[in-house]
Amino acid sequence: MNHLPLIIKREYINKVRNKSFIIMTFLSPLIFVGIFALVGYLSSVNNDKVRTISVLDESGMFASDFEDTDTQKFNILSGITLEEAKKLNEDSGNYGLLHIPKTLHITDLAKQTTFYSEESPSLSVISKIENNIEDKVNGAILKENNIDASRIEELRVIVETRQESFKGEETSKEGSFAKLIFGGAAGYLLFMFIIIYGNMIMRSVIEEKTSRIVEIIISSVKPIKLLLGKIIGTSLAGVTQFVAWVVLITILSTVVTLIFGIDPAAMQAQQQEMIAQGATGSPDMAMKIYSAYESLPLINLIIMFLLFFIGGYLLYASLYAAIGAAVDSETDTQQFMLPILMPLILAVYVGFFTVIENPHGIVAQIFSYIPFTSPVVMLMRIPFGVPIWQQIISVVILFATFMGIVWFAAKIYRVGILMYGKKPTYKELIKWLKY
Amino acid sequence: MEYLLKAENVSKSYGNFTALNNVTIEVPKGSIFGLLGPNGAGKTTLIRIINQITMPDSGKVFLDGETLQPHHIQNIGYLPEERGLYKSMKVGEQCVYLAQLKGLSKVEAKKRLKYWFERLEIGDWWNKKIQELSKGMAQKIQFVVTVLHEPKLLIFDEPFSGFDPINANLIKDEILKLRDDGATIIFSTHRMESVEEMCDHIALINKSNKILDGKLIDIKRAYQSNTFEVGLLTDDKTAVTTALKERFDLQPASFKSINDELQYKIKIPQNVAPNELVSFLTSKGQLNHFVEVIPSANDIFIETVQKN
Repeated sequence: MNHLPLIIKREYINKVRNKSFIIMTFLSPLIFVGIFALVGYLSSVNNDKVRTISVLDESGMFASDFEDTDTQKFNILSGITLEEAKKLNEDSGNYGLLHIPKTLHITDLAKQTTFYSEESPSLSVISKIENNIEDKVNGAILKENNIDASRIEELRVIVETRQESFKGEETSKEGSFAKLIFGGAAGYLLFMFIIIYGNMIMRSVIEEKTSRIVEIIISSVKPIKLLLGKIIGTSLAGVTQFVAWVVLITILSTVVTLIFGIDPAAMQAQQQEMIAQGATGSPDMAMKIYSAYESLPLINLIIMFLLFFIGGYLLYASLYAAIGAAVDSETDTQQFMLPILMPLILAVYVGFFTVIENPHGIVAQIFSYIPFTSPVVMLMRIPFGVPIWQQIISVVILFATFMGIVWFAAKIYRVGILMYGKKPTYKELIKWLKY
Repeated sequence: MEYLLKAENVSKSYGNFTALNNVTIEVPKGSIFGLLGPNGAGKTTLIRIINQITMPDSGKVFLDGETLQPHHIQNIGYLPEERGLYKSMKVGEQCVYLAQLKGLSKVEAKKRLKYWFERLEIGDWWNKKIQELSKGMAQKIQFVVTVLHEPKLLIFDEPFSGFDPINANLIKDEILKLRDDGATIIFSTHRMESVEEMCDHIALINKSNKILDGKLIDIKRAYQSNTFEVGLLTDDKTAVTTALKERFDLQPASFKSINDELQYKIKIPQNVAPNELVSFLTSKGQLNHFVEVIPSANDIFIETVQKN
């Protein structure tokens, strides 16, 4: 007689039908998209105002260098003194006044330009102005020294080491970066999943005790089956909710973009602009990242991602189940919470610090076998090439530990129900194992 | 006699605490077996061992001649003292689920539930959630869940707690009917009047040891003390009392009577027939009251436990 599917089914249906679960499934994406829409709206309102900046250019060099944009207008003043200009600005409600004095030598401008305003000006405004002046001053100095600015640009050399493994596979810095991103993303996804759904599993394990049905259940099924069923059933409910969230968020954000008229084309243009600004020789870089992704051992990665993600999640879920097994009510669980998340946080840090440094170093290797850290660390290492047998050993250790912890939790559970009302200490837990 | 359940030399300890010490019980087929004992004596531990919730440290348990195995849970129905149901689940679904765990098919479970719900007049609860029911109503559901898979062995731990007298009676009749239909019942309770009413056999456990067991009638016989309660109407109370004291063991008694009479509990030696006492008494005055004192289960319980 197989109880496991029955228990899984009950846990799943019970979770999915639960009112607060349903509400959260639909509410969370709303809140999520709502907050983003709000932030987007607020920042657009914030930037909506056109700032008028008066420029008093006594040097007479910059008149044509300040170009108006959608949000900034420059009002070039001339023929008045600084005091007059200040007064004029104070009354007009302009954003500020830029004063470029006449100096003996152009380099002195670097230190003597002043921006007057009611409130302290935003960083972006100041840096833009500074850039303008800097370019001009630099150009002037080069000219003064008879240096052709365009020649400098021509003569600049960019060093790029080609990376190639002995087998002839090309790698690149950007590729390494892509690989790390993959592992890191997997790690964070796991982390999020555990934090969101770990508690749910714990509560589900406590459920029988708070409703006092535990003895009836335990006289029908083995605790290990009950716990396994709970972990799997609750996880499936979690996956369901997660998928629902992804779908809903996608739909909602599309709707929101359409309704609020945030023009996707404009956003794309903006992105392209950003890429163009961000990276010199950008198409090349994009190509490299793209080819880095292409060169990843994709099938291996996808399989291992699934195995490690499921295994890692189940492992931590079983720890939550063990806590649930040890206590009578949720209020008793606090003391056990921190130790659970520590190894996971450690894994993410180890992943980012040691794997970046040396993917096949001894520390990275050890941590990719320890089941509590392997889901993150091994996933980060795999793109750099880990022999299949090592991956398999690590997965086997992971799942074996999961089963071990469930067994351990079942043991605690069995003893725990015989002792109602006592808050267990770690010492007592160890003692229970001997029963 | 044929035994459905045998526990042989079962011992169990938790750390330094011994919960059961070498306990042997034999539960005859088709009987109602009272498992008695003060709080903390080890009854629940024994019941949990029978239900395979815990394992004994030593000793063996046999069900119907076979060593207890996991599949036997289908043959046992257990109503624990500490009981409850999933609060947010609907009554019908919950019963079907619990029956499925005991090995019934969904269809069969539904069929039997219908029968029981009609029998106990709880038909319209199917779609209610447990949290909407009163405690007594929930207890009824629990009773149904316990007996639904028609197990050979039923274990009831304080089955009447939480019931009003009418429903308690209803459940009592159901238990007796189950016995008549062939089930064997282990019955653990502190309510001695129900033991008196229902049990054929009892075992008394105190401080982890079994201190008494057997047929209830046999035990009572063993605890018989040849004591009679007497009410005698006489003119000279002092003289009669002195005369009685010379021949018998006297203890004061008090029972309700409309007469002003001598009231005693009189214990006669083994070799004296009760009739001799009667003729002695009638020669002294008017005998209004003569009753043999039979120990109640309550008396036996208290006496044995205290002696122990």
